[in-house]
Amino acid sequence: MILVKDNRCDFCGTCVAVCPVDAIELREADISIIHDTCIDCDLCIWVCPIDVLTSDKPVEVENV
Amino acid sequence: MSDYDVIVVGGGPAGSMAAEAAAKGGAKTLLLEKDRDIGYPVRCGEGVGARALRQFMNPDPGMIAATISKVRMRSPDNTCVDFGQEDAGYILHRRIFDVALANRASKAGAEIETRAYVDGLLMEDDAVTGVKYQYMGQHRSLTSKIVIAADGVESRVGRMAGLRTSTKLKDMESGYQVTVGNIDVDQEMIDFYVGDNWAPGGYLWIFPKGDGMANIGLGILGIYSRYNSAHDRTHSFIKKYFPKATILASVCGGIPIGKTLKKITAHGLMLTGDAAHMVNPVTGGGIITGMQGGQIAGEVAALAIQKGNVSEKGLEDYPNRWHRTEGKTHEAFYRISQTIDTITDEQLNKIAHRLVKTPSSELSLLKIFTTVAREKPKMLLDVTRAFAGV
Repeated sequence: MILVKDNRCDFCGTCVAVCPVDAIELREADISIIHDTCIDCDLCIWVCPIDVLTSDKPVEVENV
Repeated sequence: MSDYDVIVVGGGPAGSMAAEAAAKGGAKTLLLEKDRDIGYPVRCGEGVGARALRQFMNPDPGMIAATISKVRMRSPDNTCVDFGQEDAGYILHRRIFDVALANRASKAGAEIETRAYVDGLLMEDDAVTGVKYQYMGQHRSLTSKIVIAADGVESRVGRMAGLRTSTKLKDMESGYQVTVGNIDVDQEMIDFYVGDNWAPGGYLWIFPKGDGMANIGLGILGIYSRYNSAHDRTHSFIKKYFPKATILASVCGGIPIGKTLKKITAHGLMLTGDAAHMVNPVTGGGIITGMQGGQIAGEVAALAIQKGNVSEKGLEDYPNRWHRTEGKTHEAFYRISQTIDTITDEQLNKIAHRLVKTPSSELSLLKIFTTVAREKPKMLLDVTRAFAGV
C-alpha cells in the first residue's frame, strides 16, 4: 500500500502524472491514494521530488 | 444549446493562450483554474527565450526578473564553457506573467473562474460535451462544444476521456527548485551543471532572479530519484556552494520530457501544453511550446465551432498544425535528448575541454551541439533539424 507521509506533500502532481491507473486524487492542498485502484507499482515513489511517498510493502531482499 | 462553446481547463500559459485565441475567434469561452490564484504556486524555473517570447508579446518590465546575455555550461569536472548571446532570454516572474496572459484572455472576451477543480467530464457516447467541477464544495457542471485540457503535467482531463496521457518513468524529470537570497551571482548569466554529479539524466540550473536572488534547481530522471531525491540533491548543492544563501521559496514538480502524445484530440476534446507533453525534451522548457500549442488549439477550436464540426476529424487541423510548426523540431529534440542520455561524464569533460579552446565569440549553442555531435555522430542530422526550426 502506498502511503503519504504526513504534512510533507507539496501537491505538485508529479505522482499523478506517472500513475498508470489514475489512482491518485490531488486538489489544492489535499492528496489521497485510491487504494482500490492502486496496483502498488511504486512509480509514484520513484518520481516524487521531495520523497513524500512510501510503501508498507516489505523490502524484497534477494538471496537471503 | 451548450453553456459555452469552449471550456479551457487550466490557467497556465497554454490555457490562457488557448482561451484568448478561442475568444478572439468568436467562441464563447470559459477558463477554469483549480487553484485560488492564476500564476500561483509557480512550478517552473521561469527561463524563456527572448525572441521566442516576443512572438507573443512585448514583455512588460514588471514581469522580467532578469535579462540574460550570457550562458555558462559546466562539465562534471567543472570546466566552464562560456558564451555570450545578446538578447538570449529572460527569467520571468511567472506569478505576474501568468496573470498578464490570463488578463489578455479576459480582454479578448473569455470568462475566468478560479478555485474550480474539474473532477469529471460530461460525455455523450464518445464525445466530450462539458465538464463537472467543484467550486468551494459545490458540485457543478457546464456543457460545452469543446473542452481544451491545459491541465498541466497531471493531464487528468485527457484520461477522463480515455486518452493515454500518463508519463512513462523514463520520460519524467523529477524537479525541485529553491528561490534563494543573499547570493552573489551574475544577474545576466544562466549557469548549467551537466553530468551525473548533481543531476543524472537532467541538469542543474542557476537562474538569476534580480537583486541578489536566484532560482537554483535541478531535474533528474525519475529512475535516479528514489534514493536521492531532487530535494536532497538541490540542498546538498546549495550547502556546498552557497552556504550563506537564504531560502525564500521552494517548489517541486514533474517535467514531462517525452514525445508529444500521439493523440491530442478526441471528439470535443483537445489537449495542450504540458498535458499534451509539448515540453522541449532537451531543455525541459515548456512555456513557449505551451503557448504555441495553446494558441493553435484555441484558433482551431473557434474555427471548428464556426464550421459546426467538433469531431476528432473536425479538429484535425490542430495536430496537423502542431506537427508542421513545432512538432518536427520537438521530435528532433527528443532524439537528441535520447542521445545526450548516453553521453558519459568522461565524454562531457572531453567535449568541454575542446570547447574552451574555441574563442568565446565563436561559441553558441549550435557550436556546442555540433561539438557534442563529434562524440555522437548520429546526433548531427537532428541538431541541424532542431536548429533550423529555432
